[in-house]
Amino acid sequence: MDAIILQVLNGLDKGGAYALIALGLTLVFGTLGVVNFAHGALFMLGAFCAVTFKKIITLEQIVLSKTELSPWGTPLEIRTPYAQQWFGDFGNVLIEYSVPFSLLLAIPVMLFIGIAMERGIIKHFYKRPHAEQILVTFGLAIVLQEIVKAFFGANPNPQPIPQIFMGAADLGVMVGMAENVITYPKWRLVYLFFSLGVIAAVFAFLRFTTFGLVVRAGMSDRETVSMLGINIDKRFTIMFGIAAVVAGLAGVMYTPILPPDYTLGMDFLVLSFIVVVVGGMGSLPGAVLAGFMLGVVQSLASMTEVKDIIPGIDQIIIYLIAVIILLVRPRGLLGKRGVMEN
Amino acid sequence: MFNIPKKDAITFVLFAIVVLTMPIWLTPFGASYPALLQKFAIYALLAVGYNLLFGLTGYLSFGHAAFLGVGSYAAVWSFKLLSMNPVLALSFAILFSGIFALAIGYISLRRSGIYFSILTLAFAQMSYKLAYSVLSPITHGETGLQLTLQDPRAIDLMFIERGSSLPTSNLFGISMSGYSGFYFTAIILLIGFFIAQKITSSPFGMMLKGIKSNENRMNYTGFNTKPYMLTVFVISGIYAGVAGGLLSITDPLAGAERMQWTASGELVLMTILGGVGTLIGPVIGAWLIKYFENIFSAWNESVLHGFFAFLPDGFEDIVVTISSKFVGEGWHLTLGLMFVLVVVFLPGGIMEGARRIGTMFKNNKDKKPKQTSDSEKQSSDSEKGEG
Repeated sequence: MDAIILQVLNGLDKGGAYALIALGLTLVFGTLGVVNFAHGALFMLGAFCAVTFKKIITLEQIVLSKTELSPWGTPLEIRTPYAQQWFGDFGNVLIEYSVPFSLLLAIPVMLFIGIAMERGIIKHFYKRPHAEQILVTFGLAIVLQEIVKAFFGANPNPQPIPQIFMGAADLGVMVGMAENVITYPKWRLVYLFFSLGVIAAVFAFLRFTTFGLVVRAGMSDRETVSMLGINIDKRFTIMFGIAAVVAGLAGVMYTPILPPDYTLGMDFLVLSFIVVVVGGMGSLPGAVLAGFMLGVVQSLASMTEVKDIIPGIDQIIIYLIAVIILLVRPRGLLGKRGVMEN
Repeated sequence: MFNIPKKDAITFVLFAIVVLTMPIWLTPFGASYPALLQKFAIYALLAVGYNLLFGLTGYLSFGHAAFLGVGSYAAVWSFKLLSMNPVLALSFAILFSGIFALAIGYISLRRSGIYFSILTLAFAQMSYKLAYSVLSPITHGETGLQLTLQDPRAIDLMFIERGSSLPTSNLFGISMSGYSGFYFTAIILLIGFFIAQKITSSPFGMMLKGIKSNENRMNYTGFNTKPYMLTVFVISGIYAGVAGGLLSITDPLAGAERMQWTASGELVLMTILGGVGTLIGPVIGAWLIKYFENIFSAWNESVLHGFFAFLPDGFEDIVVTISSKFVGEGWHLTLGLMFVLVVVFLPGGIMEGARRIGTMFKNNKDKKPKQTSDSEKQSSDSEKGEG
């Protein structure tokens, strides 16, 4: 029983990442009707925003010490990050919390990348068949990941976890169980709450703002909205930017869990597509639900008890679920009737 | 069976000449060595087969890498258990990839459009993951399946003694590495190309094109499209299986990474780059990509310095630094850019580009009244050759 609770928790934070990416994918599909294979690359770009931020913030000034010697006899190099020199204690805080602070960098950068991508290329593909949309965004994903590779190399770039989030939290004690039964890495808890927060923010934005109202109206009937004199295209472009930001934020916060390298995007892309399909094309709650569900199912399937019964099930369970859902319930769990049912 | 239209016959003969003389005309490009030539022939076959599905019916499959992998494994197992004969290995590759394609196609084809793509993708990923983990007794996981000295090789050992070194695949004594290996693959490619031609021009092919332009209308006309789709899916899967078998024949080592979905993606790139729906296009796409992969990726900064030596010094450095991002390790960047440009500006690929240039010339000629009939005939002939 404890093991199952632990695995569910394990699955939830991974599910959070899936849900965030799938949410962005669904937003893009629901508003623009574009199947975006470059969305995984946006996740990856977000992760590399964190890498860049840390690189900038830890640029160091190297001074040779006049009095002290290093163990091998040369003058001791004293390294002080510029951030520390300029901002003092705040500089240290910046370095310590480089990952959360890089969220601030990621938001404008991802918004810009998203809007540039939509205006630059994807705009021209609204009327073309889905197959061509898949192809062009797939090509775009290759280009993005190769650019990242050219700048950052092919090796993973591990990111630090802030000191206070290191280690594990003993969740069992909080609900009155014995000690050390359910311990869980703190950062993963942070990620889980972070993803829930972002999801809530996106839903609130769509539900409670006028902008969101117009966008929702546009999703259900684009033509009528534009006939009412609203420039719906412009708002959809901004939604693409927001989807890119959501993917980017998911990527930033995921870096301490999985050191990002340039293939990160492709790895997550396939899974998040499957999440979208399982949840139902164009259904935002579906994407979130399916994201968390598949995350949990995946980690439950990797329990040794399950693997003993069906060997290899942890490797394929997600794909298997996708196949079954597609065959039995083509519009996904929460998909609307008639949206991409064939 | 061999009564094909004259135009197709000309195309085929020209194609055969081009393929069989590849060792000669590729020499100036620095690509005339057997290992690469074999790859040219094999991937061209793969692309031709893929085009039968994607080009004729418009169903975008992301799962063909799985068939490639199954073909490779079947061929290597045939080497290990029975004989080093490539024909036997190929028949096993055909058999297993065919069965595999039938199973996957039967399920995947119940949906169309993007769902079909995702279903094939899911199946390919499943095969890949399983090949890496649970099925490693069959696939030997990460190390890949290879020949060993202790293999049973039941048929071979009835006739000859077990040697002290690893055997190589051979067709009744003709080795399958080097140039003879290339000609073997080239002949298989020609057979595959001929069959693809026949399928394209047959009523069956017309039916498939009908499915591409409007599947609903085909259904309303009274054709049940599913059996046709399944047939072409299996044929296309067999092409991929044969290509995988040939990969194993020329180099008896099968690894699971062949089944990864990016391998399918590369195949899609080849087809799109050359021109979907044309017979020659995918072949050209496959050749270009394999050529760049082998030649571009070997370039480094010193080669580039030699190449741009005519530029002024400081300028040369800048040019080399920029262009070095696009070759060597970064050649995938070139590939991606090329691909995006092609999809955006030239959805028909290189073949459409050639056709556009062709019509441009033709229009220019039409404007000039004093046109000799001779050159006009030539131009129309060359068009036939392309087509």
